[in-house]
Amino acid sequence: MSQPILTVEGLRVSIRGDEGAAQVLDAIDLTIPRGRIVGVVGESGCGKSTLIRAVLGILPANAAIERGTLSFEGRDLRALSGAELSRDIRGSAIGFIPQDPFLALNPVFKIGTQLLEIMRGRTLAGLESESDKRTHLIGLLRAVQIPDPADALERYPHQFSGGQRQRLLIAGALACRPRLLVADEPTTALDVTTQMQILDLLKRLVAERALSMLFVTHDFGVVAQLCDEISVIYAGQTVESGPTAAILDRPHHPYTRLLIGCHPDRAEDLVGIPGAVPSPRDPPPGCRFHPRCPERRAECTRLPPTAADGARRVACWLHAAS
Amino acid sequence: MLRFLVRRSLLVLPSLLGLLVLTFVLMRVVPSDPAAALAGETASAQQIEQIRVKYGFDRPLPEQFVIYLGQMARGDLGISVFSNRPVAQDIGYALPATIELTFCALLLAALIGIPLGTLAAVWHNSPLDHAIRMLTVAGLAVAGFWLAIMLQLLFAMDLGWLPLRGRLASTLTAPPDISGLFLVDSLLAGRFDLFGNALSHLAMPAFTLAVPGIATIARFTRAGVLETMQKDFVAYETAVGYAPARLVAIYVLRNSVVAAVTQIGLLFGALISSAVAVERIYDWPGIGSYAVTAILNLDYNAILAVTLTVGIIYAVVNILVDLAHGLIDPRVAEQM
Repeated sequence: MSQPILTVEGLRVSIRGDEGAAQVLDAIDLTIPRGRIVGVVGESGCGKSTLIRAVLGILPANAAIERGTLSFEGRDLRALSGAELSRDIRGSAIGFIPQDPFLALNPVFKIGTQLLEIMRGRTLAGLESESDKRTHLIGLLRAVQIPDPADALERYPHQFSGGQRQRLLIAGALACRPRLLVADEPTTALDVTTQMQILDLLKRLVAERALSMLFVTHDFGVVAQLCDEISVIYAGQTVESGPTAAILDRPHHPYTRLLIGCHPDRAEDLVGIPGAVPSPRDPPPGCRFHPRCPERRAECTRLPPTAADGARRVACWLHAAS
Repeated sequence: MLRFLVRRSLLVLPSLLGLLVLTFVLMRVVPSDPAAALAGETASAQQIEQIRVKYGFDRPLPEQFVIYLGQMARGDLGISVFSNRPVAQDIGYALPATIELTFCALLLAALIGIPLGTLAAVWHNSPLDHAIRMLTVAGLAVAGFWLAIMLQLLFAMDLGWLPLRGRLASTLTAPPDISGLFLVDSLLAGRFDLFGNALSHLAMPAFTLAVPGIATIARFTRAGVLETMQKDFVAYETAVGYAPARLVAIYVLRNSVVAAVTQIGLLFGALISSAVAVERIYDWPGIGSYAVTAILNLDYNAILAVTLTVGIIYAVVNILVDLAHGLIDPRVAEQM
C-alpha cells in the first residue's frame, strides 16, 4: 500500500491568550491516502481552521504545536523553516482554496497579477518565462470554466460573480501543480446551485489531475456528495473516521450519530445536540464530548483509545476493545 | 473620468469666490490705512487722499470688489504697490519656487513616511514601533521655524555641508527659464552643476517642511497597514505562499495608502502655510516670502492674488488626490 500523502497524528495545538493557553486542537488524527478526497467534518469552533493553518504552517504567532506529527509525502512539516514552508509547501506542493471568494481576492490587483504571484519564485518545469506562465494560467482558467480566460486575467475581482471568483481561486490553487489541495469550506459563501457546480468541478479536477484533497466542512450533505472518506472532529479531537458511505450509514460515535441527525436532509425529526461546544480554555477531561453525550459512562473522563475496524477508526469507550 | 474632472473643477469655482470675498473683507476691516502706508510717513493729508482716489480705496466696498472681479476676469491681477510690477508677473516668478519646494517636501514626506509607517505596522508594538511613534509625535510637535534655525546652525554654520539660504549660489545664474523649477530647468539645460547647487539649497527647507508630513503620513500608513493585515485576502495570500516581503510591500501597501494619500491632499494646506515661515527663514523667493512682504506692506492686490493662487493650488492638489485614489483602486476609478 502506498504511503499516504498527508498524515497527522496526535496533533495538539495551543493558543496563548490573555486568559491563559487554550488547547484548540487536542488529539487530531488524520490520514489522506493518495488520490482520495477526505472530508473533515465538525461544528463551528471545533478547530477545523486551526487544523488547516497547522498543515499549511500559518498558525498565528501566539499559537504553538505542543505535540504530534505532521507528515506530508514523508516529510516532517514541523521540521521545515518558515522560508521552506513558504517556498516549497504553501501554494506549491499544497494548493489552498479559501472559504469566502468575496473576501479572499485582493480588490486592487488584476486577477492575472495575483495568480502570477502564486507562481513567482517557484521552479515549475516548462514554465520559465512570464508568457509560459500566462499560457499555463489561461489553460487553468479554461479548466475551471472561466469564459474568455485571456481577458479574465486583465480584470479585477469585483468584475466577477461569487461562483466565478471561487473558480479563479481554484485555478490559483492549481497554479503550481500541487499534489494536495486543502479546501476550507469553499462553498459555504455560495448559493446552492453554484455550490453543486463547484463541487462537481473539484471532484473532476481531483480525478483528472490525480490529486488528493483535504476538504473541511460542517455540511454532511457536501461530504456525501464529494468525499471518499470522512474524519469527524469535535472540540479539537478526532472522534471518528472512515469511508463516507460506511460512516453515514452506521456511525459508531454518539457525536457523529447526533451530528448526522442534525442535518435537515437526513433527520426525521430535527434534533439538536443539547449543550454547547466546550471552551478550549477549560475543556472537560477525557473525551471532550462526554458532558453532552447521551451514552456517557464513568470511564469517559479518560481519553478513549482509538479502535480500528478495517478502514474505520473510532475514539469512544463504547467501542474500545474490552 | 473627463466628466469627473469637469465636475470637480466647476465645484472649485464657488469655493474660490468665497475665499476671495473673505480675504477682501478681512483686509478692509483691519484698522490700517493702505493709502497712508503707500504715501509714506511724510505725506500730507491731501497726498494721502489723492492716492486713495487713484487706487479706488474711496469707493464703497462692494463696488471695489466688483471692479476687482472685473479686472480679474480680464486676467489683470493689478499692480503691486510694493514692487510696482504687475502682480501676475511677481506671482509667476514666486510660484515655481514654492511649487518646487513644496513638491519636494511632499515627495520626501511620502518617501520617508510610508516606509516608516509600514515598518511600524509590520513590527507593531515592538521597540521599533515605539521609536517610530515617538519620532512622529516629535515631528508633529516641533515648530517649523525652530527646526529651520536648528538645521541652519548645524548643517550650514557648524558643519558647512549645506548653504545657509537662498535658491542658488549668488555666483551662479539661474538656468534658462522653461518650467521655472530650477531642478528641471538645469537638467534640461544639461547643467548638472546647477542641478547639484539647486538641490543643496533645496535640502534643508524641503526637509523642514516635510517633517510634519512625514509624521502624518507615517501614522496613517501604519494604521492603514494594520487594518489591511486583518483582511481575509492577506490570510489567503499567506496561505498560497506569497513571499512575505512582497506581500507587505506590494499587496498590503497598495490597499493601505488610501488614507495616507487623502492626508497628502490635506497636508498641502498646512504645507503652504508653514512655507510662509520656512521660506522667510531660508530666504526662499517663493509665494510665502512674497505673501509676508505683501501683508507687511498692505499690498491688497498682491495679498488677494496670493490667496487666490494658494486656493487654486490647494484645489488642484485635492483633485489630483482623487485621481490618485482612482489609480490605486479600480473600484473608485469606475465611479469617476
